[in-house]
Amino acid sequence: MLHADVRLRLGALDLAVQVEVDDGEVVAVVGPNGAGKSTLLRAVAGLQPIDAGRIVVDDRLLDDPAAGVLVPTAERPIGLVFQDHLLFPRLSALDNVGFGLEARGMRRTEARARAQALLERVGLSDHAAARPAALSGGQSQRVALARALATEPRVLLLDEPLAALDARTRPRTRAELRRHLATFSGARLLVTHDPVDALVLADRLVVLEAGRVTQSGTTTDVARHPRSPYVAQLVGLNLLHGSAAGDRTVRLGGGTELVVADPVPAVEVAVAVRPQAVTVHRTEPEGSARNTWPAVVAELEADHDRVRVALEASPVPRPRSGTRPGLLDPGAGDTIVAEVTPAAVADLDLTPGARVWASVKAVDLTVYER
Amino acid sequence: MVRPRRRGRARPPWALVPLAGLALAFLVIPFAALLQRVPWSTLADHLSQPVVTEALRLSLVSAFAATALSLIGGVPLAWMLARTDFPGRSLVRALVILPMVLPPVVGGASLLFAFGRRGLLGGPVYDATGFLLPFSIWGVIAANTFVAMPFLVVTVEAGLRSADRRYEDAAATLGAGRWTTFRRITLPMAAPSIVAGAVLCWARALGEFGATVTFAGNLQGRTQTMPLAVFLALESDREAAIALSLVLVAVSLAVLVPLRDRWLAS
Repeated sequence: MLHADVRLRLGALDLAVQVEVDDGEVVAVVGPNGAGKSTLLRAVAGLQPIDAGRIVVDDRLLDDPAAGVLVPTAERPIGLVFQDHLLFPRLSALDNVGFGLEARGMRRTEARARAQALLERVGLSDHAAARPAALSGGQSQRVALARALATEPRVLLLDEPLAALDARTRPRTRAELRRHLATFSGARLLVTHDPVDALVLADRLVVLEAGRVTQSGTTTDVARHPRSPYVAQLVGLNLLHGSAAGDRTVRLGGGTELVVADPVPAVEVAVAVRPQAVTVHRTEPEGSARNTWPAVVAELEADHDRVRVALEASPVPRPRSGTRPGLLDPGAGDTIVAEVTPAAVADLDLTPGARVWASVKAVDLTVYER
Repeated sequence: MVRPRRRGRARPPWALVPLAGLALAFLVIPFAALLQRVPWSTLADHLSQPVVTEALRLSLVSAFAATALSLIGGVPLAWMLARTDFPGRSLVRALVILPMVLPPVVGGASLLFAFGRRGLLGGPVYDATGFLLPFSIWGVIAANTFVAMPFLVVTVEAGLRSADRRYEDAAATLGAGRWTTFRRITLPMAAPSIVAGAVLCWARALGEFGATVTFAGNLQGRTQTMPLAVFLALESDREAAIALSLVLVAVSLAVLVPLRDRWLAS
């Protein structure tokens, strides 16, 4: 378990953050560049001493200026996956993973055997002899992860774990990372500026803006009730969990079926959709949107010059059920947030309990393997 | 007219070409002139003279010894300059560079005042043990090291400064202490600059004249290195001087050419 109360000044940055991460929990710190995300990780790792506050892992005090405690990085029970992985360029993948074990005094042959097993766990046993330059972005990330986990840390820190990857390999690597993160039982703290990474990988979000926490909570909570324009824009996404059928349909937890643009293998998925892409109608719309379903307005939330409307799919009796392609059979409880203007709220007379229709184009749905 | 562009080779602005050519000619023509004077028929006789073989052996031994000593002390010194922050660091760096700037004769004289028979340190050592640094091969090595080590320190410091220190951070997060990090991460990353610095250092030591002749003298077979032998021979036996010079040029090229692209141009 990690408890970090970090206060420090570094150049223009004035950082004051409190973060708690339980064992088995994944917490994502999201925020714009320069918000102090990476500095927070460096402080936990001991690469940046704090001015005030304290950093505790399990019951061990690592940094406390008031008490005069500052445990050096090498003696902290932490593992850090750097943004660009920082695999040692002159060592093979195997020796990169074994480095920490050897540095902590393990015999070379034993370290190599352990490293080989770790590489096997991340599916890279046949790349053991490869130099980092010969690895792809995703492979190099898995080596970096195996290297960080080799020394069996109590806290795993990940700095922008997917930023170094190109858009094409990102979804797959994200899914792999999620799987590998799940095998680690300690506390996991990752920082990212990518809302999808945060929503897919983390259990809880901490939003950091200009060195201060502006919001924190479960991913669902923060995504649904963003408290600042930045959060709304950044993580104010609808993230719907469901399973793909193997074709172009995804069945959500409540039973609502969505049509997506491209075929998806039959796996557990998350579907992200921007609230701006969800339209609200008073009557059943006719148009190109492939996803149209009846819903009830559950909640209205004014957010500066926009209104966020939570729409709960309602299994109301419908006269033409199944007779028209694209008309969804909604499941009870699947909720999606639409962002509309105050004028639209007035025009459509949107009040809690109002019966409306929601629609989303298939191309506005982004599907992520979970 | 559209010409296919060749990648990787920039075409220089035309004004640079004649200037570059002049500079190159200025550097090469003296060696051409030297070659043209080489007494090819009697070269073998000249080169087998003891004065030549002894000077060559002494030059090589002292240049390599000076390089080894410079590596042992110079790499840690470069690390201190690049990585630590202590009061007066810029003064220390200026002192390290001083031997590069000063006339070597001044260096040699300073060495005498420090390590000579009545020198600051040399005096007490001589009184206690009878050991005398000047006018021996040790004196030659000391003079070479004094003049050549700064080249290594400056090169390695630049290499360490340009290395990505976050690799050292990564090593620390994996539990590596400072010595392990230095040995397994910092040194391999600085290797190109260390090799480049060692080559520069060796080349400077091989050509050392002023400090050597001042501090170690010009005793054939004991302290007379190639440059000293050439200087002496120019007065008495010009053909021998040319033969000696030819050997120096050949030895230097043999070391520099294979290394040039790989290490020195990076």
